[in-house]
Amino acid sequence: MDMQKGTPQDHEIVLSVEDLTVGFGSKVILDQLSLDVRRGEILGFVGASGTGKSVLMRTVLRLLPRRSGTIRILGQDYDQLSEAERTALDMRLGVLFQHGALFSSLTVKENIQLPMREYLDLPQKLMDELAHLKIALTGLAPDAADKYPSELSGGMIKRAALARALALDPDLVFLDEPTSGLDPIGAAEFDELIAQLRDTLGLTVYMVTHDLDSLFSVCDRIAVLGKKRVLVEGTVEDMLAFDDPWVQSYFRGKRARSIVRTEDARP
Amino acid sequence: MNSTALPAASLTTQPLDGGMGERIVLSGAWRNTSLPPVLGAVDELGQRAGGQRLELDFTDVDQIDTSGAWVLKQMMVSAADRGCEVRTRGMTPAMKELIGALPDRLEAVRASAGAKRTLFQRLFEPIGRTVYDFWEDSISAMNILGAAVRGAQLKFGRHSGLSPAAVVNQMDNMGVRAVPIIMLMSFLIGAIIAQQGAFQLRYFGAEIFVVDLVGILQLREVGVLLTAIMIAGRSGSAITAEIGSMKMREEVDALLVMGLNPVGVLIFPRLAALAVVLPLLTIVANFAALFGAAVVAFTYSGITFEVFLTRLHQAVAFSTIIAGMVKAPFMALVIGVVAAVEGLKVGGSAESLGKQVTASVVKSIFVVILMDGLFAMFYASIGF
Ligand SMILES: Nc1ncnc2c1ncn2[C@@H]1O[C@H](COP(=O)(O)OP(=O)(O)OP(=O)(O)O)[C@@H](O)[C@H]1O
Ligand SMILES: [Mg+2]
Repeated sequence: MDMQKGTPQDHEIVLSVEDLTVGFGSKVILDQLSLDVRRGEILGFVGASGTGKSVLMRTVLRLLPRRSGTIRILGQDYDQLSEAERTALDMRLGVLFQHGALFSSLTVKENIQLPMREYLDLPQKLMDELAHLKIALTGLAPDAADKYPSELSGGMIKRAALARALALDPDLVFLDEPTSGLDPIGAAEFDELIAQLRDTLGLTVYMVTHDLDSLFSVCDRIAVLGKKRVLVEGTVEDMLAFDDPWVQSYFRGKRARSIVRTEDARP
Repeated sequence: MNSTALPAASLTTQPLDGGMGERIVLSGAWRNTSLPPVLGAVDELGQRAGGQRLELDFTDVDQIDTSGAWVLKQMMVSAADRGCEVRTRGMTPAMKELIGALPDRLEAVRASAGAKRTLFQRLFEPIGRTVYDFWEDSISAMNILGAAVRGAQLKFGRHSGLSPAAVVNQMDNMGVRAVPIIMLMSFLIGAIIAQQGAFQLRYFGAEIFVVDLVGILQLREVGVLLTAIMIAGRSGSAITAEIGSMKMREEVDALLVMGLNPVGVLIFPRLAALAVVLPLLTIVANFAALFGAAVVAFTYSGITFEVFLTRLHQAVAFSTIIAGMVKAPFMALVIGVVAAVEGLKVGGSAESLGKQVTASVVKSIFVVILMDGLFAMFYASIGF
């Protein structure tokens, strides 16, 4: 999220995955997968259920072991870092898990403040203000701050989890299905919010999603996971032109067609 | 790029041309990690009344994030509130957008402080609450006992409910797997009682009575009591944790809407298994303890196994054994029901799960001991 003076270098790679192989037991989930994410972009990641989108994200975050391959985050290879450098790197990543993963015994505000407390040296008053600020930015009502996760609706959990992911103003955020379980208006707001955060904070966003609206409206690039690797990456046009039955039915299916048509109709 | 190498945020103030106000020149990285050194200066600026104009110069700011932007925005908003004219210089479009995107002020929501309570309320409310809690616990315990007997299905009037596989599985978990630890513990307890008994009785030259002492104490009281306490810690906690985490993840609700009775499905197999297993474990414990006592009696007092057994046969009546064993199923039910009641009280958080598991173990051990005392009084008054 560096806002260095001058134009950001074009196509600086913030996440690069090379020849990644991941499996459980005898089952290989990802085979020789390669992927690049560029600074400042919103990458939409799609694929059929169970193809390994969450597994890829968890592997990149080092929550799952890999069999082979290298992963470089923000230009650094985690395996070659010292303990202090790893912590510094972790601080620059934000993660929204598929099921929120909020700490159930802490209120929303305390959830957001937890990473701040651990890493930052700010006075309590400022941390309170920042937590309330993140809550406001993610579109939660102010009174959600003192609620516990079990008292939140599904959509509120997503927003609270996003607020926590953004607590430290990370450079790179991973979102696993951020808009699933939101109403269409809420989902559209969420998409807008992510685009706005990208513009203002200079975030790079890696977003796993099944939401065609998000793909068409906010994603700069789309990558498709299939056959244990990235089948194709590129813009919506590239997807529409790509010759693969799954990709075709995904982007040209009944639900997609109406969106594409309305997009085309726009001036 | 490393966050440790960020230039710290700093600011300097200069009087504006014409003496109408101040210019604040900002520099460095206004990011959450590099912000702390400048916060004091920002506070100080905020307290100063200031002139008519405030100019913020962003030209030397390297980086900024929400925390830096927020601090600066607060500065601008409070200056504007004081009637100051605020201007900025040298902002990049991204900075402008970021600062613009932040709200002017936050609707801070404070939990309304509860009405002040009188001394009377503060003194007696906890007592009343405890009594009510106790009453509710008793009701739900009765509920669980009743529902457990009714079985799994709520609908179609089917009463079968009992699934033998589940019960046997629980018996394996709670019983068979507990045998080694129960045996070891009882062996040691038997040995310790025998050793101390032998030392004391030696003064009277009545060492042989150590067999009576160990036999009656173990078979009537200690055997079943310690086994029950052990099982309360081992299986009671497990039951509470299992049911509690199912409650937490709405699995209990899922059973309910399927028309199944959670008590019948989840709790009954555990209760049934406990009621079968605790008496059996008590028997195992008794054998182990008597064996431990026999070993100690032989080593310290030279009482051979043969003499030990003969004396045991004379000292212990069949009713002694029955008096001990009768308590076991009751204690099993108490442990199971207390664990289930606590498990169903678990709320949405991991913390409440921990609290309820603790409560379950403490309460069931307490009730087990209380029950043992009641049985002792009962036996005494009927002369059993
Ligand atoms: N810990 C695990 N052990 C064994 N297999 C696993 C494990 N985690 C995931 N898998 C398997 O890996 C595959 C990919 O799972 P993953 O959760 O990544 O799917 P996904 O692409 O995220 O799907 P969805 O869109 O439904 O979230 C699945 O077949 C799943 O069964
Ligand atoms: Mg997934």
